[in-house]
Amino acid sequence: MPLDATDGRRRWMSVLAQAAPGDLAGSWSRLPALPAYELLRRPETGLVMVRGRVGGDGAPFNLGEMTVTRCSVRLEAGPCGHAWVQGRRPDHAERAAVLDALMQDPERRQAVAAEIDRLEALTIHRRDEAARKSAATRVEFFTMVRGED
Amino acid sequence: MYVAVKGGERAIDAAHRLMAEERRGDPATPELSLGQIAGQLGLAVDRVMTEGSVYDTELAALAVKQAQGDLVEAIFLLRAYRTTLPRFGASEPVDTAAMAIRRRISAAYKDLPGGQVLGPTYDYTHRLLDFALAADGDVPWAEASDTAVADVMPRVADVLDREGLIEANPTGGGPPGDLTREPLTLPAGRDLRLQNLARADEGFVLALGYSSQRGYGNTHPFAGEIRMGEVTVELVPEELGFPVAIGTVTVTECQMINQFKGSKDIPPQFTRGYGLTFGKSERKAMAMALVDRSLRARELGEDAANPAQDEEFVLMHSDNVEASGFVQHLKLPHYVDFQSELEMIRRLRAAGQQLEPAPAGDWPVEGPRAGASVSQAGGCPRPAPEGQRQ
Repeated sequence: MPLDATDGRRRWMSVLAQAAPGDLAGSWSRLPALPAYELLRRPETGLVMVRGRVGGDGAPFNLGEMTVTRCSVRLEAGPCGHAWVQGRRPDHAERAAVLDALMQDPERRQAVAAEIDRLEALTIHRRDEAARKSAATRVEFFTMVRGED
Repeated sequence: MYVAVKGGERAIDAAHRLMAEERRGDPATPELSLGQIAGQLGLAVDRVMTEGSVYDTELAALAVKQAQGDLVEAIFLLRAYRTTLPRFGASEPVDTAAMAIRRRISAAYKDLPGGQVLGPTYDYTHRLLDFALAADGDVPWAEASDTAVADVMPRVADVLDREGLIEANPTGGGPPGDLTREPLTLPAGRDLRLQNLARADEGFVLALGYSSQRGYGNTHPFAGEIRMGEVTVELVPEELGFPVAIGTVTVTECQMINQFKGSKDIPPQFTRGYGLTFGKSERKAMAMALVDRSLRARELGEDAANPAQDEEFVLMHSDNVEASGFVQHLKLPHYVDFQSELEMIRRLRAAGQQLEPAPAGDWPVEGPRAGASVSQAGGCPRPAPEGQRQ
C-alpha cells in the first residue's frame, strides 16, 4: 500500500477506535444496507502493555496494561478490515473492523468516509470542550507594584 | 510439613454469604452502579487501575464495589483478573508532551509557555466538610473559556535542557524489562524500577518520598512540572505494520528537579526524578518521582544509607498485593507449627528447671483444630515474585 494510502487508513482506524461507542453505533445504523462479511478473527479481548518513557522523552519503560479488543473481518467482495480498540467492547471492535473494510471498497467508501468525518468531529468537539474548561482554570498572574512611583 | 485440615467448608460458605449481605448494606438504600463508582469515586478507581496495573475503568469500578471500597483488596482482584487475559503486545511509548492537558503546574517557573493550568484540583480548598454534598445539592457547572488550552505545551525540563543545566534522560537500550514476565533481579535498571514504582502501593511510596524529604535521603526537590490529561495510545498491529491509535488514557506525570553537585567529569547540573501513573493520581506521581530520584543515589555517586535509597528494600516491599498476602497468610492455620514451638518451649523450660516435660497438646484442644480445608506449610517460604507465580 502506498504511503499516503497508509496514512489515510491510519487516520480512519484511529478515528474508529477513539469514537465514543454510542457515536459509532449511530454511524453504523445510518449506513445503507451492509454487505455480508465473515469473521476472520472474532472479537477477542486481551491486554496491551502501555509504555512510557523515562523522564517523558528517554528510554521506554512498562507503565501498566490496558484492556483492548481486536477483530478482523472479510467482506464478500474481498477487502479485509481490522480493528484494535480500547476496552472490552466486542461490538465496537466488530463494527470498526467492518467499517475499515468498507473504506477499502471504492463503491462504498464515500458513505463511510462521511461517517468517519462526523465521528472525528464529535471526538474533536468533546476534546475542545474539555480543553476550554481547563483553560478557564489558567492562572492570570498580576504583579503588585509597591513604592512611590 | 503439610497437614490437610478439613471441615471448614460450610463455615466458609456461610461467612461469604454474610460478607455479601454486609457489602450490600441496607436493602432500603439503592444499590451502587458501576457507573456511579466510576463517575463519582473516580480517584479510587484511578488508584485501583494504577496499582492493579490495568487501565479499564469498568473493571476497576467492579473491583471497588466487590471489595466494599477496600482498595488494596480491589487491586488484588484486578491483578488476579489480568492473569486470565492474553497479552496482545505492547504500545508505542506514550508521548506526554502531546498530552491533551487538563492540569499543568510548575513550582519552579511562574511564567511558562502555556501557563499554569490548575484543572480539577483539591489544592486551595479549605478541607471543610461540605454538607451541601450530603443534601443532594445542585452541582455548579464548570465554566468554559472561549479559547482552549494550548495544543502542545513544552515541558519545563526542556527549558533547562536548552541551557544544559539539567541532565539528559537516558535513551536507547532494547525493549524494556517487564517484571510481570520475569522475576525482578537486582540491581534493576531504571525501566524496571519505574515499572515497580508505578505499580507500588501509594502509601508505601508516599512514606518513602516523605522520608527522603525529611533527611533520610538527599533529594532537594522542586516540582518542576506536574501535568495531567489524556494521551493517545498507539500500537502497531501485526497484520498492518504501521501504528494506529487504539484509545486514550488519562495519566499524571511529575518531573522533579533535584540538585547535583557535579563531579570531576560532569559540571554541576540539575538531576531528574520521574513519576507517571494512570488516571488522576498526583500524590502518587509526586512520591514516585522522589523515590525514583532517591534510588539513583549510587549512580550519581551519593551515599546510599537510607531506606528510600536502598533498591532492594524499596523494590521488594513496594507491592501491596505481595505484602498483603504475606502479612495476611498469618491468619491461615499454623496449628502444627505452633504445636511444635509449644513443645520446644516446654522442653527448654523443663531442661532449665530440671523438671519433667509437661504432656504436650493439652490446651486448648487436642491436636489440630477443625478449620479450613487448606494445607499448612511449616516454615513459611517467602512469596515468589508475580512473574514466578504465573
